[in-house]
Amino acid sequence: MVVFERPHALLDVPLHYCPGCTHGIVHRLVAECLDELEIEGKTIGIAPVGCSVMAYDYFGCDVIEAAHGRAPAVATGVKRADPSKIVFTYQGDGDLASIGTAETVHAATRNENITVIFINNAIYGMTGGQMAPTSLVGQVTQTSPYGRDPKLCGYPVKICEMLSQLEGPEYLARVTVNNVARVREAKKAIKKAFQNQIDGKGFSLVEVLSACPTNWGKTPKDALKWIDDAMIPYYPLGVYKDRSADQENR
Amino acid sequence: MAKLTFKTDSCKGCGLCVDACPKDLLEIAKDKINRKGHHPAQLKEGADASCVGCASCAIMCPDCIITVER
Repeated sequence: MVVFERPHALLDVPLHYCPGCTHGIVHRLVAECLDELEIEGKTIGIAPVGCSVMAYDYFGCDVIEAAHGRAPAVATGVKRADPSKIVFTYQGDGDLASIGTAETVHAATRNENITVIFINNAIYGMTGGQMAPTSLVGQVTQTSPYGRDPKLCGYPVKICEMLSQLEGPEYLARVTVNNVARVREAKKAIKKAFQNQIDGKGFSLVEVLSACPTNWGKTPKDALKWIDDAMIPYYPLGVYKDRSADQENR
Repeated sequence: MAKLTFKTDSCKGCGLCVDACPKDLLEIAKDKINRKGHHPAQLKEGADASCVGCASCAIMCPDCIITVER
């Protein structure tokens, strides 16, 4: 009996990501959710600009490439043009939390019925490891060689906390994939984000704390540990908003 | 007893599966090189009888190269 195999919605091609990059794990989780909810055939993904720019090569569903940061705007258009489709965006922190902040905030406050998968690895990966809005205080990057100085560059952006202040969004959660138990938790959150869209509940965003061993200058193993040691204390895991559950509890 | 199948040519040798195995049954094959030029992951010699097929390695594999049967 096969207990684990490649999901159908994840095409059988090698991923271009660096060794130990957890983008691959999140790709697989999304594909597993498309399989389990049986929505691969009617799903349209929106690919970002960043390391995951070539996500359209990896998913079995149709994927549209959006301009940098504009994935939630493109997703809004696709979903409104054909509400029978399931629409998700897959974005990194340089895309969603930097140039695309406006699109993200407004898609959330309009409660667009889309699913957003947000990969937060605290750095710009594709362009070679520059400081991102999500880089931690003191984090050494190509453009902050002495560590991020909040006096000069401000503080890291906490997207889930920020969006949770809005009335609009349905579901906001932060998960990570640095061990087996947390990968399972992450999958539950991603599946719920898709289920919310199927149920017509509205904007669901799952932020995944992800590892970038290459640009962090760490081994894959140490990178996963750094998520525990440095990222989670600043970016606490958990559900930041779950409107339906909150209303039921009232 | 479980059976693991590795798609060796897609392995990047990151070792996340090695760290994930609760029974420490996996290793990076330092004496082999795959088509990508990486040392691929493999089961340690004689370890297949000890594998229970928990799929922890496959869950942590970023490149989804491991198939688990039991």
